[in-house]
Amino acid sequence: MVKVKSLADLQNLKANLQTKVDLREKGDSAERLVQVRVAMATCGIASGAKKVMEFFIDELEKRNIDAVVTQTGCMGYCYAEPTIEVKLPNQDPVVFGYVDSKKADEIIEKYIKNGELVPGIIPVNYETIDNNNQ
Amino acid sequence: MHLLVCGGTGCRASASDAIVGKLQKELDEKNLQDEVQVVMTGCFGFCEKGPIVKVLPDNTFYVQVKPDDAKVIVEEHVIKGRKVEKLLYKDPADQKEISDSKHMGFYKKQLRIALRNCGVINPENIEEAIARDAYAALAKVLTEMTPQQAIQEMIDSGLRGRGGGGFPTGMKWKIASQNHADQKYVVCNADEGDPGAFMDRSILEGDPHSVIEAMAINGYCIGATKGLVYIRAEYPLAIERLKIAINQVREYGLLGDDILGTGFSFDIQLRYGAGAFVCGEETALIHSMEGERGEPTFKPPFPAESGYLGKPTNVNNVETYANIPVIYLKGANWFNKIGTAKSKGTKVFALAGKINNVGLIEVPMGTTLREVIYEIGGGIKDGKKFKAVQTGGPSGGCLTEKHLDTPIDYDNLIASGSMMGSGGMIVMDEDDCMVSVARFYLDFTVEESCGKCAPCRIGNKRLHEQLDIICKGKGTLADMDKLRNLSHVIKDTSLCGLGQTSPNPVLSTLDNFYDEYLEHVHDKKCRAGVCKDLMQYIIDTEPCVGCTACARVCPVGAISGERKGPHTIDQTICIKCGACMDKCKFNAISIH
Ligand SMILES: Cc1cc2nc3c(=O)[nH]c(=O)nc-3n(C[C@H](O)[C@H](O)[C@H](O)COP(=O)(O)O)c2cc1C
Ligand code: SF4
Ligand code: SF4
Ligand code: FES
Repeated sequence: MVKVKSLADLQNLKANLQTKVDLREKGDSAERLVQVRVAMATCGIASGAKKVMEFFIDELEKRNIDAVVTQTGCMGYCYAEPTIEVKLPNQDPVVFGYVDSKKADEIIEKYIKNGELVPGIIPVNYETIDNNNQ
Repeated sequence: MHLLVCGGTGCRASASDAIVGKLQKELDEKNLQDEVQVVMTGCFGFCEKGPIVKVLPDNTFYVQVKPDDAKVIVEEHVIKGRKVEKLLYKDPADQKEISDSKHMGFYKKQLRIALRNCGVINPENIEEAIARDAYAALAKVLTEMTPQQAIQEMIDSGLRGRGGGGFPTGMKWKIASQNHADQKYVVCNADEGDPGAFMDRSILEGDPHSVIEAMAINGYCIGATKGLVYIRAEYPLAIERLKIAINQVREYGLLGDDILGTGFSFDIQLRYGAGAFVCGEETALIHSMEGERGEPTFKPPFPAESGYLGKPTNVNNVETYANIPVIYLKGANWFNKIGTAKSKGTKVFALAGKINNVGLIEVPMGTTLREVIYEIGGGIKDGKKFKAVQTGGPSGGCLTEKHLDTPIDYDNLIASGSMMGSGGMIVMDEDDCMVSVARFYLDFTVEESCGKCAPCRIGNKRLHEQLDIICKGKGTLADMDKLRNLSHVIKDTSLCGLGQTSPNPVLSTLDNFYDEYLEHVHDKKCRAGVCKDLMQYIIDTEPCVGCTACARVCPVGAISGERKGPHTIDQTICIKCGACMDKCKFNAISIH
């Protein structure tokens, strides 16, 4: 475990972690690596996000797809829970809503395998602090 | 290539199904169905300009598309690669077409500051948080700023408390910093008790580090080494994530002794609340943490002078804290350009009720209710008519049609007879009875009053009774006067914010929906059909064929009539269960 003892330590750590994230997105295995984030706040879990997350972990492995599946907080689209975000290599992330096992299967077969979008996309409808430069 | 057609409820009402059908047909005819996929999406948050069609990968954004436009989109855009100009969005400023959604950030009404990492990072992995700048603000403040400078930056940012009161955060810190003591405390208020509110829970579940970091900054500024999070035990997931986060930060040495070698030490502990609304009030909260009864006490002394264990204590809300790291990273001058003159930054709202896109939203202060409801919220469910929106929970009031274009900020909401509150926003439609809504909130306050002072304990109970009498159709005009007078007495004589604001839902519905009260009192009618006692089930003798089905199903024998002759309901016996109406195959029974 790294102890962060000074400002320089923190800055190095951040740089390293960012490279790690970048590597995941642009590095060696990036050609293949798929990232799936499942919104797992109380609202998501109440509508079945845990099952969906397990489905992705199990099925992506069974179907030999190189992927990381992680949990995240509420994306804000509570009306469409469970929601997930899928990021294919070198592409903008896409959010899908109302994801049950059937939808998850469709997402794996069509979008993750072939890049073919499926119904249920939720367009990102907010600005982030990174692109807000007023 | 993909053609994304908005299938959100707003656009769907205006023909997105037909658009999908026509696009598909055009593509099939031109044998393009394998190259181009038509996909329905959720709401784009731009319903006013719907239906929306977006083309990928070039991000072209078509607005107000009609089914007949499918042909030009396919022939021009898909085949010839030329954008269809008449369908592009025109910048209202200069009437120029904007061709792709990357350049129309302004259509996105939301700006995520407090929610910047919610739904982005894994809240149980500190590395993802640090990669997105967590603790960079703490490092900056500790190494580059004196506490006075950091407080000044907070004052300059204009940030006001998001827990309801809207007190300037920088000023609060300044006062706490000026009170000297051997020990001071920083407290995060995570009690969140308003019905329908879940902003704070979502922040703690999605990005606990933002709150931990800000509390440490707060500690540095006021000279406190101990932080406490008061969180309701009903939030198990938020508690778990917070615990995991605190342990990870400690392991990284960003909480604990001598943080970043600066000599500043700070640590955080959790305190659990049992879920009493009044314990969100800061003095009650402090007493609850001390193991005393969760009852408010008179201010002054304010917590900044004498708070937890009698020591100077700074209490801020979860969302207030979540904003703070960004303010230090981007600067007070970045933050204070967002929002309105006296309310800076954004506000997170939990959008609920009769609205299509129920969810968590964050908008710059000054956004109008219309934008929130009709664009981000996707409009009213089932195409019903908007009636009111309750902000500020049980302490707030309702806003109506005439407030739709008021920019939302602390001062405008107060001027409109409501308040910001913590951010619950409950939308009501024509099927909601406003007298019943007022009664619902009074139900809540009667439950939650701590009972310490008579006006709140007894007065609210009486208010509730009066409302109940009106809902039952037994009210008189004098009852309405009583409601108003009693409300003012309770407001003026209660000790804490709970009692001082609890009559607000009554006063604001009286102000905005006087007619509806009058109908209940005078005509014994509830136009929304909510108040059961004012409804009558009536059999229309025309369509009634005398099948006796209703008479047989009625549990109290209220229906009489000859076989094959018209039936009638004895209103003095009927208990309004509705069974007869469901049973009648000839639609002869209706509610009046
Ligand atoms: C009855 C009552 C309930 C309250 N509940 C909460 C609450 O749940 N969360 C909260 O942050 N503030 C609540 N407050 C406001 C707090 O007393 C206090 O003003 C606030 O925590 C200060 O933080 P801020 O300046 O960051 O908003 C409540 C106040 C009253 C009178
Ligand atoms: S106003 Fe109500 S809640 Fe507040 S102290 Fe008095 S009795 Fe308790
Ligand atoms: S509403 Fe119920 S109680 Fe009234 S007449 Fe019909 S069945 Fe009988
Ligand atoms: S933009 Fe299509 S429903 Fe909101």
